[in-house]
Amino acid sequence: MIRVDLPRFRSFEAWRAAARQLASNRVAADEVRWAAPDDPAELFGAASVPGLGAQPVVATKDLLDLARQVSSHSDPERWGLLYAALMRTQEDRRFLSNPADPMRNRLERMAKSVRRDIHKMHAFVRFHELPSKGSRRSFGAWFEPEHPILEAGTPFFAKRFADMDWLIATPEGIARFEGEAIGFEPPAPRPDLPEDASHDLWQTYFANIFNPARIKTQAMRSEMPVKYWKNLPETRLIGEMLADAPRRVQAMADAGATEAPAFAAKVTARLRQAPDDSAPDTMEAARAQALRCRRCDLCQHATQTVWGEGDPQAPLMIVGEAPGDHEDLAGRPFVGPAGQLLRQAMAETGIDPERAWLTNAVKHFKFRPRGKRRLHQNPNAGEVQHCRWWLGLERRFVAPRVTVALGATAAYALTGNRDPLTPRRGGVENGLIEGPVLITWHPSMILRETGPGARVAREQLVSDLIRARRMLAG
Amino acid sequence: MAQKTLQDKLAILSDAAKYDASCASSGTTRRDSRKGGIGSAGGTGICHAYTPDGRCVSLLKILMTNFCIYDCAFCINRVSSNVERARFTPEEVVTLTLEFYRRNMIEGLFLSSGIIKSPDQTMSDILRIARMLRVDHGFKGYIHLKTIPDASPELVEEAGLYADRMSVNIELPQDGSLRELAPEKRPETIRASMAGMRLSREAAKERSFRGKRPPAFAPAGQSTQMIVGADKATDREILGTSSRLYAGYDLKRVYYSAFSPIPDASKALPLIKPPLMREHRLYQADWLMRFYGFDADEIGAARPDGNLDLEIDPKLAWALANRTQFPVDVARAPKELLLRVPGFGTKTVSRILAARRNGPVRYGDLLRIGAIMSKAQPFVVLPDWKPGLLTDSDGLRARFAPPAEQLSLFG
Repeated sequence: MIRVDLPRFRSFEAWRAAARQLASNRVAADEVRWAAPDDPAELFGAASVPGLGAQPVVATKDLLDLARQVSSHSDPERWGLLYAALMRTQEDRRFLSNPADPMRNRLERMAKSVRRDIHKMHAFVRFHELPSKGSRRSFGAWFEPEHPILEAGTPFFAKRFADMDWLIATPEGIARFEGEAIGFEPPAPRPDLPEDASHDLWQTYFANIFNPARIKTQAMRSEMPVKYWKNLPETRLIGEMLADAPRRVQAMADAGATEAPAFAAKVTARLRQAPDDSAPDTMEAARAQALRCRRCDLCQHATQTVWGEGDPQAPLMIVGEAPGDHEDLAGRPFVGPAGQLLRQAMAETGIDPERAWLTNAVKHFKFRPRGKRRLHQNPNAGEVQHCRWWLGLERRFVAPRVTVALGATAAYALTGNRDPLTPRRGGVENGLIEGPVLITWHPSMILRETGPGARVAREQLVSDLIRARRMLAG
Repeated sequence: MAQKTLQDKLAILSDAAKYDASCASSGTTRRDSRKGGIGSAGGTGICHAYTPDGRCVSLLKILMTNFCIYDCAFCINRVSSNVERARFTPEEVVTLTLEFYRRNMIEGLFLSSGIIKSPDQTMSDILRIARMLRVDHGFKGYIHLKTIPDASPELVEEAGLYADRMSVNIELPQDGSLRELAPEKRPETIRASMAGMRLSREAAKERSFRGKRPPAFAPAGQSTQMIVGADKATDREILGTSSRLYAGYDLKRVYYSAFSPIPDASKALPLIKPPLMREHRLYQADWLMRFYGFDADEIGAARPDGNLDLEIDPKLAWALANRTQFPVDVARAPKELLLRVPGFGTKTVSRILAARRNGPVRYGDLLRIGAIMSKAQPFVVLPDWKPGLLTDSDGLRARFAPPAEQLSLFG
């Protein structure tokens, strides 16, 4: 039997050094006894650890990461288990990658229990302010973890509370931080922690953030196990909070609604002035009304109404189909990829977007959600008809001499004709409201097209825009 | 009237904030205090306490004030309520946050407010508190700000530089109910405000031509909350609204809050028991949408009335309604299909995939890996397990649903 004495602190490093020496001599796991500081001497004596042997020793990173976590477990068998895992690694380096392996499974469950305990330490340590020894404020806490996690759990506090001195005392030892590194000290009796006014405020907060109408004590207990309660200032209120909850809920029901204070009606009357719904007589009034439009169901799903933009006295009006994803978010027409293509084509033809009115046949985005994306959908005839009210107003205020319809939906909205677009493209038709309508491709169709078709369509769009400019000049 | 103490104000203004479900403090940028200031953040959040309503306390969740000029029927702070009012000074909010933080009671601040005077006035007070914490005190902890939808974009833009998370509540799943119950709020303004935050976040991720990254805007993203059970919307409609919110505004979370009775409730709403089980099922369904590749309609279609089954979880309900897709051969099925097996979580599935590379996976392996085999049994085929007729048996649902309550003979 070989006995390895592990120190109170930095015991993982001590295990690692001893385990390497043992493994290099291929000492079997059941021939080693791993002893904690207070363990009694062996009855029949024991051998000490042999020096580095001849056999090579491998330890994968996965194994070391797992071992470091398991080393903080309270199970006295942990060191032996870890050594057995190290020995197994010498034969089968990949056993740790199989979640179904029983040994890995046991170690993983131990590591999980340690991780959880560390997490609970980060959550449930409660500092009390101590008298300060210098310019830095000073705090102290008492905490009773399930596992010996003092070394693994305290670096978190050093990062978080670097500008104050603190100590965390546990049955297993004390961690002390005074601005440099954490020092560890052997266990001492539980310190007296002074009364702290912030703890009273904290209890007030805890009692009042609780909703008596929804009690779920099981959820509370599973996340905040009772074993941690004795050192938390707030948990002593729980009994009373629960006992009083039914009375509070009943009191709410009995009280019912009261009369509103007198000033309330005045405030709401001021805020709720009915919006003006008479037929708008300016572009600005029409826009304001359109922002509240509920003529069809699209408004429920889209972000906002996307109104036209540009020169309200422009001789040229360009009408697209409906806002897309980008337009919907920004609240402005033609800012997405199709809009950029249109603006490029306009620049090539010498049409200044500031000297045109750019708008859409339908003012709300229509889409289907798919995960984190929104898939564009074409507006239907009903939606186009409902939205024609706004398009009509825009045309009345702008009174363009030429209107360009981009794509089938715009052509339908402007002319009432739903015939296929291909034979009509490049032609001029009469609008439902007076004025010529020049029909061309929608830039998003050009973006969807691949191969030589896209180039041809783009050239046609440009030549149609040139035609529109000539019509304005002529 | 006597001046209210800090303790009085804290009691009133935490009570007023308890209906907001979010308390998350995870997923922001990594920061710590080793180079000055106080606090740290990043990684998973920490819940410092749990109240008997089963909800965690991670942040100091308070209202700056519960004075409000709006009249939302579901809200205790509406102008027509007779609730006791209070108002923190910005300094008081900052002090409470820092002192609780130093004692390791919280991860940071979740600040919301009633609307006093005007949306801009309220938003600039909220902004001032965030700026004092970050700039004057070097606070590195978590800050969640509830933004005011009608406030001017410059204020929201600056607040986003100090906050980890921003949120604005959608409140109700359908526009019609919001117009009815919260007449001063406008659904299109709320959505526009979410869209604005999405655009600001995206802009903050684009490097300049010199490769410099602009300061992060709300790095932990945005979230929202929906009240469940105050209007007539079905679960299918609720999930539809959520999926549109996730798709449109890149939200981190939609929180569902079972409508809970409030003191001095409005006559417009009944004092009902909060539908906690429905809320729970919605969270499960939401999880299925975000991590399991389900879409809202698939989950909502499991029952003809469009509501989730309260007795069994939504994944099991979906599997029972779609039995032709089962049993799944665990040795061969692709990840997407394994994710649809009841009793298999995302972790279980990734472990199955890893174990498969090491050899055949048997019933006992699945138990060890963490699969809930009591649920998965009828839906899987393994080298040592065949469900046989079980998958299509008539009584399958009854195996999972809680037994029907017996009528008592001696009531």
